[in-house]
Amino acid sequence: MTAPTDALSQSRAARHNRAAWLVGLGLLLLILPRLIYPVLALDVLAWGLFAVAFDLLFGFAGLLSFGHAAFWGTSAYVTGYLLGHGQSVPVAMLAGTLSAGLLAVPIAFLSVRSAGIYFSMITLAFGQMLSFLALQWTDFTGGENGLQGFARPNFMGLDFSNATVRYYFCLALFGVGFYIAYRAIRSPFGETLKAVRDNEQRAQSIGYNPNRFKFTAFVISATLAGLAGSMNVFGHGVVSLDAVNWKTSGEVVMMTLLGGTTTLFGPVVGAGIVSLLQDRVTSSNLPTGIVTGLVFVLVVLFFRRGVVGTLQHWMRRK
Amino acid sequence: MTIQFLLIQVFNGLVNGAFYALLSLGLAVIFGMLRIVNFAHGALYMLGAFTAFALGQLLHLGFWPSLIIAPVIVGVVGMLIERGLLKRLYGLDASYNLLLTFGLTLLTQDLVKQVMLSKFAVSSAPYTPPDSLSGVVNLGFTMFPKYRLFVIGLALVICLITWFVIEKTRVGAIIRASTENPGVTRAFGIDVSKWVTGVFGVGVGLAGLAGVMAAPIYSVDPYMGAELIITTFAVVVIGGLGSIMGSIITGFAVGVLAAIGAALYPPIANTLVFILMAIVLLVRPSGLFGLPEGTR
Repeated sequence: MTAPTDALSQSRAARHNRAAWLVGLGLLLLILPRLIYPVLALDVLAWGLFAVAFDLLFGFAGLLSFGHAAFWGTSAYVTGYLLGHGQSVPVAMLAGTLSAGLLAVPIAFLSVRSAGIYFSMITLAFGQMLSFLALQWTDFTGGENGLQGFARPNFMGLDFSNATVRYYFCLALFGVGFYIAYRAIRSPFGETLKAVRDNEQRAQSIGYNPNRFKFTAFVISATLAGLAGSMNVFGHGVVSLDAVNWKTSGEVVMMTLLGGTTTLFGPVVGAGIVSLLQDRVTSSNLPTGIVTGLVFVLVVLFFRRGVVGTLQHWMRRK
Repeated sequence: MTIQFLLIQVFNGLVNGAFYALLSLGLAVIFGMLRIVNFAHGALYMLGAFTAFALGQLLHLGFWPSLIIAPVIVGVVGMLIERGLLKRLYGLDASYNLLLTFGLTLLTQDLVKQVMLSKFAVSSAPYTPPDSLSGVVNLGFTMFPKYRLFVIGLALVICLITWFVIEKTRVGAIIRASTENPGVTRAFGIDVSKWVTGVFGVGVGLAGLAGVMAAPIYSVDPYMGAELIITTFAVVVIGGLGSIMGSIITGFAVGVLAAIGAALYPPIANTLVFILMAIVLLVRPSGLFGLPEGTR
């Protein structure tokens, strides 16, 4: 940890640091569709928000969920299904997002009572259960074929057949989602969450109920993951079984670690890097697992601070 | 629904249960000693099946020699993983080991897929059981494949041997001591880190063995371990990480219960294990055989 310095100046430096990241990242996201093709840019937004949502639970509550694809995917199916049944884009996306939050209630209730590696196994198992359900419930999910060919009707003069318009619509939603995550973390709630993460007994002894805080963090995280999932469907116009696959749960973990956990912006950076990397890999004929698996292993072994974490570490030492 | 049909399901369930038991037993042995959950267990199970297949293709080795050699090879691979990679993470939170082994899973699966495609020009391959185990046996109420009966029997024997070694022998005493208190065990002149590597190798070897046993039933496929390991995690949560006998009993019991449930109401065939897990979490969060938190 850093040497003890004047608490006030340190927090001011941290605030400046945060503002710099916010401005830099915000500008980059504003011009992103000019740098890479818009649908890929939209991927960065959707996965970026997904990773931020995941890190709310992993970084700040210390709970490694290995089943977050369940929320991303459920929202994706609900959004796709409603769009296919003539609902407007905002209604479909809102319903998708809320369905993810709703699904999180029983899963969070059953899993936050367990800690550490147990929590990871339980969430992984529930994620797999959802994956089996999606495969089986073909009336709703289209099974192996998934959902496709649904309309994205224009809304208030926005032409959603244009990928750039879709991007900026999602950028606004991303802003909302990111702000919610930010407010949750930089609040008394977030501070208590960190206290629970660092020392559960102590937090309990001063009168907080750890499980209630973990439960709330889980539901917020899952709801935001749902928003991200509906953004992804809106961007691509298809939902496939991949959305609920265990690999998707793992992918968001990798993005978060690569970008830097607990750094707030890191997960977005990680999502950007992985999305670009995967775009390259799919156009070559290398199996994706070899690349993603290798990146995963190397990050866990040698680069646990992640990109943003490492940059911040250097800046602090200077 | 006849009694006869239910009995057949019990035997089918025992076959699935045999694999749950072998895998969760390996996970339990590794968790006991290293305090980590090995996600790559499923990939190493697949590696066992693939090794048997490759030994047959390249060296024309049959089922019986492969049943011995493939698990040993997988065990050695496991020991290399422990020495080379896992060891670097021991001071850290156990989650990092789960993440590392998750990455290894993705890597191993697609490497094997690549090898199968480029070397053998197949994406998955059948594996024939030996002649002595082909055909069916008359169980009185039904004809049951001889090979599947063999799987149930061998899994039971291996599980009981493992239990016996750990609970009743001097070797087991050392392992249990290293689990309980590595510092004191080291003070008695026992090289705990060597034992850790060995135990990891044996645990992973059990997965390799299960893989060879599975090859003739399911075909050899690079992704055969992925879903099985997640289901096995649910089995582990039901049983509770901790007791060796607990993981054996839970493995077989969950296999049978899931098979009976699937027969009564087919749509829940895949999800029943997870429903059972949810019920157990509700009633007994630390699992059927696990000790409640704090007493561990």
